Amino acid sequence: MNNLENLLNEATILFDSIDNISDLEQAKARYFGKSGALTEVLKGLKNLSPEERPIMGGKINKLKEALETRLNYRRELILSKKMEAQLAGEALDVTLPGRGPGMGGLHPITKTLERIETLFSSMGFAVASGPEIETDFYNFTALNIPEDHPARAMHDTFYIAEEENKHLLRTHTSPVQIRYMQNKNPPIRVIAPGRVYRCDSDVTHTPMFHQVEGLWIDENVNFSALKGILIDFITQFSEHNELSTRFRPSFFPFTEPSAEMDISCVMCNNKGCRVCGHTGWLEVLGCGMVHPEVLKHANIDSEKYNGFAFGMGVERLAMLRYGVSDIRMFFENDLRFLKQFN
Amino acid sequence: MKFPESWLRTLVNPRISSSELAHSLTMAGLEVEAMESAAPDFNKVVVAEILSVNKHPNADRLNICQVSVDEAINKEPLQIVCGASNVSVGAKVPCALIGARLPNMVIKRAKVRGVESFGMLCSANELGIMEETEGLLLLPKDAPIGENFRNYYDLDDKLFTLNLTPNRADCLGILGIAREVAAISSEKLIFPEINLVKTKNSDTLAVCIDEPDACPLYCGRVIRDIDLGVSTPTWMIRRLERSGIRPINAVVDVTNYVMLEIGQPLHAFDLAKISNNLSGIIHVRYANSGEKLQLLNGEEILLQPDMLLISDEIKPLALAGIMGGNETKVDLGATDLFLESAFFMPKVIAGKHIQLGISSDSAHRFERGVDFGATRIAMERATGLIIDICGGYPGPITETKGELPKRKPILLREERVRRILGIKLEPSKITEILQRLQFDFSVKNTAFDVIPPTYRFDLSIEEDLVEEIARIYGYHNIPAGLPNASINILPTAEAVKTPMQLRRICVTRDYQEVTNYAFVDAEWEKNYSNNSSPVMLKNPISSQLNAMRSNLIGGLVSNLKFNLNRKQTRVRIFEVGSCFLKEGDGYAQSEKLGGLCYGGIVAEQWGSPERDADFYDVKSDIEALFWPEVINFEIEAHPALHPGKSSHILIGKKLAGWIGELHPKLQQESALPKPAILFELDLDILAQRTLPKAEEIPKYPSVRRDIAVIVADNISASSILQSMNALNFPIIVEISLFDIYRGNGVDNGKKSLAFRVLLQDTKKTLTDEEADSVTKELIKVLENKFEAKLRN
Repeated sequence: MNNLENLLNEATILFDSIDNISDLEQAKARYFGKSGALTEVLKGLKNLSPEERPIMGGKINKLKEALETRLNYRRELILSKKMEAQLAGEALDVTLPGRGPGMGGLHPITKTLERIETLFSSMGFAVASGPEIETDFYNFTALNIPEDHPARAMHDTFYIAEEENKHLLRTHTSPVQIRYMQNKNPPIRVIAPGRVYRCDSDVTHTPMFHQVEGLWIDENVNFSALKGILIDFITQFSEHNELSTRFRPSFFPFTEPSAEMDISCVMCNNKGCRVCGHTGWLEVLGCGMVHPEVLKHANIDSEKYNGFAFGMGVERLAMLRYGVSDIRMFFENDLRFLKQFN
Repeated sequence: MKFPESWLRTLVNPRISSSELAHSLTMAGLEVEAMESAAPDFNKVVVAEILSVNKHPNADRLNICQVSVDEAINKEPLQIVCGASNVSVGAKVPCALIGARLPNMVIKRAKVRGVESFGMLCSANELGIMEETEGLLLLPKDAPIGENFRNYYDLDDKLFTLNLTPNRADCLGILGIAREVAAISSEKLIFPEINLVKTKNSDTLAVCIDEPDACPLYCGRVIRDIDLGVSTPTWMIRRLERSGIRPINAVVDVTNYVMLEIGQPLHAFDLAKISNNLSGIIHVRYANSGEKLQLLNGEEILLQPDMLLISDEIKPLALAGIMGGNETKVDLGATDLFLESAFFMPKVIAGKHIQLGISSDSAHRFERGVDFGATRIAMERATGLIIDICGGYPGPITETKGELPKRKPILLREERVRRILGIKLEPSKITEILQRLQFDFSVKNTAFDVIPPTYRFDLSIEEDLVEEIARIYGYHNIPAGLPNASINILPTAEAVKTPMQLRRICVTRDYQEVTNYAFVDAEWEKNYSNNSSPVMLKNPISSQLNAMRSNLIGGLVSNLKFNLNRKQTRVRIFEVGSCFLKEGDGYAQSEKLGGLCYGGIVAEQWGSPERDADFYDVKSDIEALFWPEVINFEIEAHPALHPGKSSHILIGKKLAGWIGELHPKLQQESALPKPAILFELDLDILAQRTLPKAEEIPKYPSVRRDIAVIVADNISASSILQSMNALNFPIIVEISLFDIYRGNGVDNGKKSLAFRVLLQDTKKTLTDEEADSVTKELIKVLENKFEAKLRN
């Protein structure tokens, strides 16, 4: 009996002192191997009397189970320690920055244009474009701006160097109206975004800038609807439900009646500040009912159809939305400036 | 148009504040651009009389003055030290008392070089008043001592600046603005009665209108024996100055005053300088070529045959409606005048002063349209003012008349008002508005026959009247509605990549979008695209922006330089923009997507070896842009690119763009430390893609065979691929290059290329024998065509 107990104690001490699997397997062999201690004890069974044999057998079986338990326990322990050690050694600094190429970004004017296009597309406006080198006819005459009209002086036109002053850089996107109407029959619902050019450069003017022109021709289009659409647009564009707007009479040769739309100054909330010239209002777009003379140039019967048109400066809207104070920044292409809009 | 509010309120005085008045003008279409006080804020400045002036004992330029600031006899005068040269006993001047806050200083009791001073005598400048005077501001003799100077000088008067649209020429005079205010506010318009001047003699100067189409109405009058030694009254000077006009002499001031008041430009000639004086003849005619005229501003101009003149029998006197001549101008020596009030047709005057580079208040009005109903009244008004101020004896008005513009009746239909504005206005409302506008009209059932007034050049069609109705009714009173419209889905082509989609591909591949001006330096056109005949601008904003670009490279390279100068080391940019070329009689415009890549393949970061992006990195960006379309590259020289590192990009045979390294010569010129990779793609071609079409996924496994061959270095990978593909084995699914090797084991001038061949049969599993026999065929072609050696 003592012998068996000693054997268990001795084995336990041995197993517990081992901390790698191969040593443990060797130690296991010292008990379970062909000439192992346990095997020897089992061999001794045959020398016992038949009465003693089952009793001893039972004891030996218990010992065997106990040894296996100790062995398994130790094996698990060694394996799990080994895994722990491996994991500990493999730990990453998860705070290190991710690797690989970065992301570029869109120009703020592109972002603004896309936003305007998306809003008008959702109202069923198609998108059209036209040439930037225009003829005098499309840029002025067809828009009811005859030669020597004082309105031409407001445009600071760039002319192309050629014998006759026939071609120019379009001063607005309005010529696209005419080209579109000449090719499509009413009802017409279209916007025309694009680059335009005027001979002017200061904090609020660049010689090239972007406009979006809009045109809606149908049998039931009126000034009240024009107001509705534009208020809806500017509210959604600025995501500002409290925004106030006002329409005041203005003059464009190609619309009659004409209006200018102002919004409450986003800087001072209509209180008056330097940005809005202390008026509390910011001019954001010009609009009006299409002049019958313009419809005539496009062969549209002005007794049957009405229409409205509007035009907005994209840089102006981008400046207000993103808080840019100098329009020239848009064309300087300083990456430090541009990356702010990504 | 700038004017003082006080002047306007003498004609129409609605009971509303200055800012309410400004608001209602703006909301009626006369935008008030600025409203400012006649002088900045200051206080404690009173009218004072200088009682005595004594030299300062310690300073040559200073005087010690005793000044009365209170008329009460028992009040002690103030002692004030003054440095102005025009200080004199008996003069009345503004005096800032102790504690006064002036625009730029606070007045304190002070010792000036040892003498005590109890205030300051002021110049106009110190008070922030615009008047151009030197030294102390001298006030009229009758200025009441002790009176608050702000009140006395009416400095709380508001100066309005209107940003008038070109259609509203009628508001280029106080009278017109007053008319407008009367219509908006329903307040009565009171215009000072203009009495017909009693003529004192029968002197006249004959007028002959040679061009009645250009000048349908000309009034002239001789005024004799005026005294120009007198000064213009203060009230008139103040109104002129507050309207932004500099006083000159009494006669010129009166003509300017009447122009500001009624809107009619007038001109006065010195009668003595007109050939043959009273027996001469004034002509209104076009200039003969070669004639010259020295204008009032001193500039001599060469006259053109389309310029209308006022001339005598010998010489041009004035550029009609634009500017008078220097020789016949009225200066202090003049005693007899010939005064002109005329109507010149807008189209005759339009644009001329801009061509000549002259700024002219007169031309500004005539080209927009001056009220031909007020020509004579203005003459009477000016004559009256001149003889009031300068004395003199007026003769009768000679009026020469041709065919004046007709104001045709315009039909205004109630129904049309509703259709255009979207609200129903009762006929009574329309009637009321037409009355407030003082239009001449008659009612026909539900329509109105309206005759526009002579001062409105902007009303000729029904819509013009609808705007008038809406303006006075108030745009803000028209509710915002929404139109009833049919809905339709907009066509959208799936096989077209939109510019936005392409931009986003660039963005995800680490390119930042830029936007450059479409005009560039013509030199760039030569350097970057060999274009010696670019589309040029007639009037560029600067000589470096004189040509329309035919490519995007110049802009991208200059953006690179700009950013390198600002300590950026890695620049990856792209632009979508229009490019222009001459084409036949006209111009061709094409949309392009261009890009530039400079510096590291990735931003400097841990764990990635540093390497600059090269041709092949950018090539993969381009392949991504065209994906899923397959593109080919073909070496091709380009003026802006390194001849050995530039390539066409082709879809089939169609040129879709090019890619390459900036030419080392241009790299040097731009002082770039490293080469930049550039590309430019045709946006229209780039946008096209094929619609996906599903095919059955093969059920049988594919087999891979690798072929590694050694070939001469100058053989392009694509030519090898092409000849293998040309065999058209149906079981070959794909052949692709997966390795290039030069160096150990490969002879100099040779390279090893490794191709992966994927084989598959859609009907059965391929046997090794089938795969091997096809591979052998491929190798045979390589050996025969490229002298390739199989590599093991």
